[in-house]
Amino acid sequence: MLSDQDRIFTNLYGLHSPDLDAAKKRGAWDGTKFLLEMGRDWIIDEMKGSGLRGRGGAGFPTGLKWSFMPKKSDGRPHYLVVNADESEPGTCKDREIMRHDPHLLIEGCMLASFAMGAHACYVYLRGEYVAEKFALQRAVDEAYEARLVGKDNVHGFPFDIYVHHGAGAYICGEETALIESLEGKKGMPRLKPPFPANMGLYGCPTTVNNVESIAVAGTILRRGGAWFAGLGGKNNTGTKLFCVSGHVNTPCNVEEEMGITFRELIDKHCGGMRGGWDNLLCSIPGGSSVPLVPADQIIDAKMDFDTLRNLGSGLGTAAVIVLDKSTDIVSAITRISYFYKHESCGQCTPCREGTGWMWRVLQRMSHGRAQKREIDMLFEVTKQIEGHTICALGDAAAWPVQGLIRHFRPEIEKRIDQYSANPHSDAVPMAAE
Amino acid sequence: MANRRLAPAAEQPESFTFSPENADWAHGQIEKYPEGRQASAVIPLLWKAQEQNGGWLPQKAIEAVADQLGMPHIRVLEVATFYTMFALEPVGRFWIQLCGTVPCDSCGARELKQSLHDRLGPQGHVSADGNFSWLEVECLGACCNAPMVQINQDYYEDLTPESLNTLMDDLAAGRPVKIGSQTGRTSSEPKDAVNTLTDPTLFDGSRVGAWRKRFEQTQGGDDKGDAAVKKDEAASTEARAKDDPKPAQPDSGRATESPAANAPAQRKADGKTAAVSPASPAVADQVGAPKIADGTAKTAADKEAVEEDVALRTEPPQQPLASGADDAVHEEQSPEERADAAGTRPTGIDAARDDRPDDLTKIKGIGPVNNRRLNDLGIWHFDQIAAWSPAEIAWVGAYLAFPGRIDRENWVGQAAVLAGKKG
Repeated sequence: MLSDQDRIFTNLYGLHSPDLDAAKKRGAWDGTKFLLEMGRDWIIDEMKGSGLRGRGGAGFPTGLKWSFMPKKSDGRPHYLVVNADESEPGTCKDREIMRHDPHLLIEGCMLASFAMGAHACYVYLRGEYVAEKFALQRAVDEAYEARLVGKDNVHGFPFDIYVHHGAGAYICGEETALIESLEGKKGMPRLKPPFPANMGLYGCPTTVNNVESIAVAGTILRRGGAWFAGLGGKNNTGTKLFCVSGHVNTPCNVEEEMGITFRELIDKHCGGMRGGWDNLLCSIPGGSSVPLVPADQIIDAKMDFDTLRNLGSGLGTAAVIVLDKSTDIVSAITRISYFYKHESCGQCTPCREGTGWMWRVLQRMSHGRAQKREIDMLFEVTKQIEGHTICALGDAAAWPVQGLIRHFRPEIEKRIDQYSANPHSDAVPMAAE
Repeated sequence: MANRRLAPAAEQPESFTFSPENADWAHGQIEKYPEGRQASAVIPLLWKAQEQNGGWLPQKAIEAVADQLGMPHIRVLEVATFYTMFALEPVGRFWIQLCGTVPCDSCGARELKQSLHDRLGPQGHVSADGNFSWLEVECLGACCNAPMVQINQDYYEDLTPESLNTLMDDLAAGRPVKIGSQTGRTSSEPKDAVNTLTDPTLFDGSRVGAWRKRFEQTQGGDDKGDAAVKKDEAASTEARAKDDPKPAQPDSGRATESPAANAPAQRKADGKTAAVSPASPAVADQVGAPKIADGTAKTAADKEAVEEDVALRTEPPQQPLASGADDAVHEEQSPEERADAAGTRPTGIDAARDDRPDDLTKIKGIGPVNNRRLNDLGIWHFDQIAAWSPAEIAWVGAYLAFPGRIDRENWVGQAAVLAGKKG
């Protein structure tokens, strides 16, 4: 188990005050000026050396992303945008950071902005997080009052931070959709290139980072990239907030070392599996977008990017959804399919039509009202959605269905057999709604 | 995609204007964004309008916001119908949004849904007393506290059908309720079993500043020490790269079984030369450049790797004779001195002919900076570059500090074409 001394989010559970004084005692805003004086290149090198991979799902190295920003401004301002549109089902970590450790985030914003030559930062919160918005705004006000941020702050680097509140759209978690939304438009992803580092918010160089990636920056710079790189394994360094939900005895958020095994994570922090380990059916280890992993493969797997990718899944946001044998797995994946149907922005045809199509077929399948050949057809359709859309929502909609067919095909077939053994006379609705 | 329409005309109010305090607030929001970007404030303003209008957004409010921000009405209507948190029809005094996505679904959201349905009827309808309406929504992001609902602005977590009913009774009767977990959790900690973050030194301030030791130990105070640290850091990074290859282009999180990316760091770890620098003597040897004295002490392994690399190379050699740049570059030399050793300086002209310089950046390989540096040399026109001799190319290559590149990118040829076009 990770030692308390190596945890970054020391007030994860809100058992202590989130206020500035208490946050300072916990180590926030400690020597920020000193870190800024070490210079831009040092910060980026240190972040690269830490091996930190973006915590928003895709796992892109954060230091590398920062280095993509133009070194010198060509007259356009630079922007840092923090993605706090946390909507991936299963994920609830950024919320705790904003409620309980907001000063780590604000300090991280300042350091990251400095490293990218940005003087303004927008934090885009999802619409549902009203209490979190107030908590973060309060912390921002405190920081302004203490002149830690602002035009004329004690650190000597003019920097403004603004809290922007969204209105409930999963797609705005995609970086270009988030930028569109921040510009006051519908949140529809943009075609890339141009990439945001060249042309992002208001046509200016912009970097979009997840809350957790930014909030860990201060501690990494203080304790050194080498410290962070020393935790976890190769290519999967550092600590990570895991959000464990579903059928465990005590679901919780917890900060753990990358590469902890699934079994240890559940046993140490979540009170064990509900009904014992034999009761585990499968787990969705990285938020609903990644394919599920059946019990025998996940149980001793390391929770990191590469191990899970090799299992045909992914770490994503480390939102571990645990499902036991009481779960109706076909209807659980159907529910995920409904989610993507609901959240598709409607821009690309394969996703707009395909998500609804998959949901309707799965709905029939969850009752057994289908032909066995339709399972292959469904798989084929997922392959035609995946990779044929502007953003990754199409992929995210296809993967859970692929995971279901890959691992639970016998379950679907069993239902079809059961249904055809007891035929009903009611009509099967097939048309698009 | 959700299909969302405005409320029927009969339910729409006649007009909408922000109350004075909300109008002030709106101005404050607009000021957050750069000048001319007031459209960014559309979502916050619609929020405020919805709040002022009892929880839903009428057409007049949408139009008022559009007028205030100088946006076409249709653009704001698009926004209002796109984002699902804008209620376009009247809602109850307590607007219940039930999270029905998988983590909640597997922890009892279906029972909550049934219970809401039994008590309030189908979704989207305001109850007879005007107190409640409900809707099943997608993940609300409190999955460790599933199942949960959002009522107006607040989250109520760890619910059962019974506690939800009690909660609704309390709300309807105006009794105080507890926001957040209904089972006594503070937030998302493991219930009654917190075994982390218990070290009191985390919170009493005793660890503040402890990290500075790292810098005091390594920095040593003076410049010399600083340089040593830098070198150490570089060495350790290199060492790390050796046994800890990072892919140059990480995957996008897709599930694949493909081998690791063929990254320079990976190649380095595999023992191959990551990239052969243009000045590498062995390569120069291969392509027939003059031999350099200290380039003979090559290990067999190195040579092999280089040969392999050269065999793989399909592009033209990086150091042809013509640009014969100087390998023994000393830092104290000025660019001119360095260049004079390599070739002859091309003759320049004081100013562009007719004051109309050519846009040298049209040549692939010349950016704004080199354009300026060439201008400083008196090079203003394509035909000047087209007329460069090999010795002049070598001089300019050394002066701009990228030997060989002029030949490789064929500036002379490009310039000749561009000069011809101009003529």
